[in-house]
Amino acid sequence: MQVVGKMESINCFHCGEECVEEVIRYSEKSFCCTGCKTVFEILNSNDLSYYYDLENAPGISPKLREGKYDFLDNDEIIEKLLEFDHGESQIVSFTIPSIHCSSCIWILENLNKLHRAIKSSQVDFPKKKIRISFSMDELCLKELVLLLARIGYEPNISLENFEEEKKGVDRSLIYKLGVAGFAFGNIMFLSFPEYFEIREFWLEQFKHLFRWLMFSFSLPVVFYSGKDYFISAYKGLRSGLLNIDVPIALGIAVLFLRSTAEIAMDAGTGFFDSLSGLVFFLLLGKFFQQKTYSFLSFERDYKSYFPIAVTRITSENGNHSEEQVPVYKIEKGDRVIIRNEELIPMDAILIKGDASIDYSFVTGEAEPVTRLSGDRLYAGGRQQGGIIEVEALKPVKQSYLTQLWSDEVFSKDKSSAFQTLTNQISKRFTYAVLSIAFISAIFWMFYEPSKTWNVFTAVLIIACPCAIALAAPFTLGNLLRIFGRNHLYLKDATVIEQTAKIDTVVFDKTGTITTSERNSITYEGIELTEQEHELLNGSLRASNHPLSRALYKMLKKNNISTPDVFREHVGEGLETSTSDLCLKIGSAAFVKRNALVTGESDTREDQQKTSVHISANDQYKGCFSFHNAYREGLSALFEDLAKDKELIILSGDNDNERERLEKLLPASTKMFFNQKPGDKLQFVKNLQQQNKKVMMVGDGLNDAGALAQSDVGIVISEDINVFSPACDGILDARKFDKFPEYFKLSKGAISVIKWSFILSLCYNIIGLGFAVSGNLMPVVAAILMPLSSISIVGFTTLATQMLGKKLGN
Amino acid sequence: MSIIYMLLAISVVVALIFFVAFLVSVKEGQYDDVYTPSVRMLFEDELVKNDPEKNQPVNKVKSN
Repeated sequence: MQVVGKMESINCFHCGEECVEEVIRYSEKSFCCTGCKTVFEILNSNDLSYYYDLENAPGISPKLREGKYDFLDNDEIIEKLLEFDHGESQIVSFTIPSIHCSSCIWILENLNKLHRAIKSSQVDFPKKKIRISFSMDELCLKELVLLLARIGYEPNISLENFEEEKKGVDRSLIYKLGVAGFAFGNIMFLSFPEYFEIREFWLEQFKHLFRWLMFSFSLPVVFYSGKDYFISAYKGLRSGLLNIDVPIALGIAVLFLRSTAEIAMDAGTGFFDSLSGLVFFLLLGKFFQQKTYSFLSFERDYKSYFPIAVTRITSENGNHSEEQVPVYKIEKGDRVIIRNEELIPMDAILIKGDASIDYSFVTGEAEPVTRLSGDRLYAGGRQQGGIIEVEALKPVKQSYLTQLWSDEVFSKDKSSAFQTLTNQISKRFTYAVLSIAFISAIFWMFYEPSKTWNVFTAVLIIACPCAIALAAPFTLGNLLRIFGRNHLYLKDATVIEQTAKIDTVVFDKTGTITTSERNSITYEGIELTEQEHELLNGSLRASNHPLSRALYKMLKKNNISTPDVFREHVGEGLETSTSDLCLKIGSAAFVKRNALVTGESDTREDQQKTSVHISANDQYKGCFSFHNAYREGLSALFEDLAKDKELIILSGDNDNERERLEKLLPASTKMFFNQKPGDKLQFVKNLQQQNKKVMMVGDGLNDAGALAQSDVGIVISEDINVFSPACDGILDARKFDKFPEYFKLSKGAISVIKWSFILSLCYNIIGLGFAVSGNLMPVVAAILMPLSSISIVGFTTLATQMLGKKLGN
Repeated sequence: MSIIYMLLAISVVVALIFFVAFLVSVKEGQYDDVYTPSVRMLFEDELVKNDPEKNQPVNKVKSN
């Protein structure tokens, strides 16, 4: 019997995790597993130990599964994955979720030292991407991926990569901003002499040249940088909407036309400086609002989860052979092999093997269910255990889960339908400006007709709502960054405005308000003896089943005895024994078979709970039951939200947690159980038809429909690097208790925008005073416009920073 | 004073040169990833080793 005492906490030299199960000593360093040690060996023997000098314990423990990348032998898949393929040189890009520190960048950019076939590699840290240039003659794609996986940087290759269109990056905003900035600067220089209005001889001589130069600089500003405003205004008018771009486009057009007319008729210098400044500031606002989290994606669907290829069995003349085929080639009736940890990509019937399917993607319930030969398996399930053979019932795209994505909500653009605060105000603003322009024009027509045209255009120029258009982008852009620092990553700025309007919040249960770790267990039954306890620990340690690992982690470990006989029955349980003790650990059916059961047992309840049963020497002992642990601060959070919002729990699970939830949550919370993914979508839709603004908070693919349908869909994620379904925002699970704060901040942002509107209206009134009285000088416009814009930017920045302090970071 | 034509032409040309340089750098993707280069420049240069054995990278990967 091997006895291991309680260990002191030692952290792994490679990955920094605490060595819980074993400590491997190698070259005077400690490692938590052989995987970590192997990576160290590889790096050390290739002179790459600088990796460990850059950061403390930077590594990732490699988890490699046999045969996982066999599909990379398939030529069609290789062709799809390669970015460039010519002769001896190939280029491929991978997304590697585990990239997290400067050591990662260093090691991945020194891959050429690990294999001579790798020519160079470049990391894009924010996107967590690597681009490798290598030669396939010496190193095939599969070996390259295995090399990465072996040092802990396993690339993510999913069905999405297979379909990926090689699309270019959209840099048009940077170009437009560059053009506007360039023209703005130069026009400012050229118009400087005339600001002072000195009737000097040489100035008179050159002013025509200066003015026409300004005109030519302003051409790209109006027709390239500012073209989006004209397009958007046109689209708005066509759909009968007076959006903010209508007065802006009007302002730009009037500025340009009047300035051109002025210099053509030699009547003045024009407003080219204000024009280019206006466009430049507006684009700056747009640029600022465009905060993107390049390492996150808010547009994912099932394709990011599904495998790119599966193993198909073909039998010709009685000869069975296996081949890797892209999943789209799978047709009804094909036989497919699913290995441990692999995802079933289509609806199928189990033919052979012990299926233990984890449907957490589909239902949110992490507990594997056992299926027998002939049972139906649904797409999205993950096999846990041995190899199974299935027969496809439907092709991938027609499977139950994937069909959810054919619902129209997934093709609808949510943000376009939303009326932003700025657009709401712009309607009244446009009417007001137009009526002031006309009234003052009519007044001057009778008073001094020569000034009519001058005043009319001056009103439209000075009232151009530059400051109003900047208020929302800067406020929301700032808040977006503050949220990002506090681990709530939002897709874009309109989400904040939408959040401020939410009156109903729908929560998914499993994975959303519960943690994925099972950290509470209860034991029911006959007390285990010391000897039984020791053997139980020893047996659990040897098993790889997720429940065994979870239970082992939580049991007290005084002594551990290693079993002499150890047998694992896949999908059922463990059978272990020493000389005088025989334990059966596993499912109720497995343990109670041939066992003497004392006391009554409720089979219905047995099935509903996640539990591990134990019998010793064929005497039934009892069971360990796992409980979903609710996230910390859940009750307080619900209390807080319930004050002004309707709260609903929408769960795909059965209702055996209902009582516990009712105790935890405010009485007004409604609960619905056994909701399928389609039901959840419909449920949210019904709420919206009752004119409710719904936020859906979920975590898995099963919530995808509801997330897309809701006004704001937020995904709670334990690890933001793991992919989450399409949504409007991703919240780090550690910040779950801060959830109500985000609502308050969103509402605060709306009031900041409203205050900025009032501030910019003040500027407009001052400007209108000049315009209506008929003495708007270009220099006044050139001062007033940037001044109002800059003070709005300053005000919103300060105000949002104050708001952000409330979050207490 | 006609030198001002010359100066204007030069100043516009210089401005255009920088502007084109900006456009080229955007096009080449210099602004796509503004973070990684800041980390990369801090890596220390490596010592060149003359050990011939070490210069032959060991092929650690064998196909399964």
